Amino acid sequence: MELILNLRDRIVRGETSVRATVEAAVDAAEKLNETLNAFLEIDREGALNRADKIGAQLSSVTNAGETPSLPSLTGIPIAIKDNICVRGMQTSCGSRILGPYHPPYNATAIDRLLNAGAVVIGKTNCDEFAMGSSNENSAFGPVKNPWDTSRVPGGSSGGSAAAVAAGIVPVALGSDTGGSVRQPASLCGVIGLKPTYGRVSRYGLVAFGSSLDQIGVFARNATDAALILQTISGRDPHDATTADVAVPDYTHELKNDIQGMRIGVSHALLGEGLDEEVRVAIEKAIDAYKDLGAEIVDVDLPHAKYAIAVYYIIATAEASSNLARYDGVRYGFRAEEAPALRDMYRKTRDQGFGAEVKRRIMLGTYVLSAGYYDAYYLKAQKVRMLLRQDFANAFAKCDAVLTPTSPTPAFKFGEKMDDPLAMYLNDIYTVTANLAGVPGISVPCALSSQGLPIGMQLLGPYWSEATLLRLTSAYQTAHSFTARPEIFAG
Amino acid sequence: MNITEADIEKIAQLAHLDITDGERKMFAPQISEIVTYVEQLEAIDTSPVEPALGGLTREGERTESSRPDVVEPSLGQKLALDQAPDPASGHFRVPKVLG
Repeated sequence: MELILNLRDRIVRGETSVRATVEAAVDAAEKLNETLNAFLEIDREGALNRADKIGAQLSSVTNAGETPSLPSLTGIPIAIKDNICVRGMQTSCGSRILGPYHPPYNATAIDRLLNAGAVVIGKTNCDEFAMGSSNENSAFGPVKNPWDTSRVPGGSSGGSAAAVAAGIVPVALGSDTGGSVRQPASLCGVIGLKPTYGRVSRYGLVAFGSSLDQIGVFARNATDAALILQTISGRDPHDATTADVAVPDYTHELKNDIQGMRIGVSHALLGEGLDEEVRVAIEKAIDAYKDLGAEIVDVDLPHAKYAIAVYYIIATAEASSNLARYDGVRYGFRAEEAPALRDMYRKTRDQGFGAEVKRRIMLGTYVLSAGYYDAYYLKAQKVRMLLRQDFANAFAKCDAVLTPTSPTPAFKFGEKMDDPLAMYLNDIYTVTANLAGVPGISVPCALSSQGLPIGMQLLGPYWSEATLLRLTSAYQTAHSFTARPEIFAG
Repeated sequence: MNITEADIEKIAQLAHLDITDGERKMFAPQISEIVTYVEQLEAIDTSPVEPALGGLTREGERTESSRPDVVEPSLGQKLALDQAPDPASGHFRVPKVLG
């Protein structure tokens, strides 16, 4: 699938129709789903109906002899992670506990995409309730990595990452609580952007860790990411944590001149546990930025090494509270043969949740339980404050910090499933942004000797998405990542 | 901190999870390992530090989140009950509460 602006131009010029564009995406989704398992629902009928309506509006304008002035995403097919509510489609969160749940409303981000003319073609597979780094925690089977189907696509938004990497859609939405957009983007060779906390409304995003969750964007280039971010950002009365901060024209700010911009590098983060090929790729990316005129400065994030410990206290505590609502009463799955209410709750939750979700609910319950709150939760919130201060100090010296996104390229299925802590350590570079609330982007920068994508991560100060996109665009213009998986659809 | 199978059972009760013997045996060492890992935070001196509770950004904290208390249309009974596993006469029916 082509990039947004190409598609839109061809639609406006009449070289292709909205229907043909959407149909191509749906065809590719259906065909590749047998291999990738990236979609949990593909809405052929709904997507084509909507495409026809948009097409009819377009031709009535064109027939009247006017040059169509179209909303920015007219006819653009998009895939949505199955934990973001789209009216008329399912929302399963990759879990059995939601049963056949169909939300009666759209997430704010979805309303904004629809108002801009986008067409949702389906809901993408993910780790159950967005808890996981490999997609192996989906109740509906894992997504396969389009580059090598014996490997994980990353998680939790693996389906959205795979759908963009495989060329099914130009763009997709995911959610990022500890790296769930950036890490799968890195493992699948696409861009993944997590905005500043409060930039995009969480209304209609199923809650996991409410102080960490943010809807994010998958795309293949900076312009497409900018177009989507621009559409979905901004204050929403339905989400009190959205901030009243003006949304810049992100595409307008996409200049490739980064002369004199300062990029921070923490050498402490490029040591132990980092795959050698990833380290080399990151060093090359640093050199590439030097060649583009950026200044490289040393920064120190002394508390980053504690980020996983802080994250797995705060995220699980918030999850244990947020997931208390799944009780078999108002919607979703209810266990049979439970004679009393309390049994029904317990059996429903035991049968409805998978192992990782139970593990996290129990961890969160434990750290919040009487006598332990100060030792775990309050302590973690204090170290979180120290980490925020680390970032504030770093950003006093630079415009963005460059790190790897993931310590390794995509790993094999089953490799880490028996060792939850080893799986959690995949998120070492990404959880910091969620804890501090700062924006981050993963950008493909190399292929490993086994032909697997490697991503670099850029982290910026609050509300610096325009800077991150500009750095991405400059890098991609100079070092275009043109490799595609063999199964790439058009 | 070593988390025993008895601890796991107690936590599962608190979390309303009716876990199996197999799960209890699997979770005890795994959760022990994770709790031991997060206890590395004890080594950090946080005595002068305020916890990061509340808004993450200054702009977010400054954003006015109160609004006039105006009656607006709600979901309505039909839609609210539409997804219920066991709706009955305009209510959510559940198994008996006592007993």
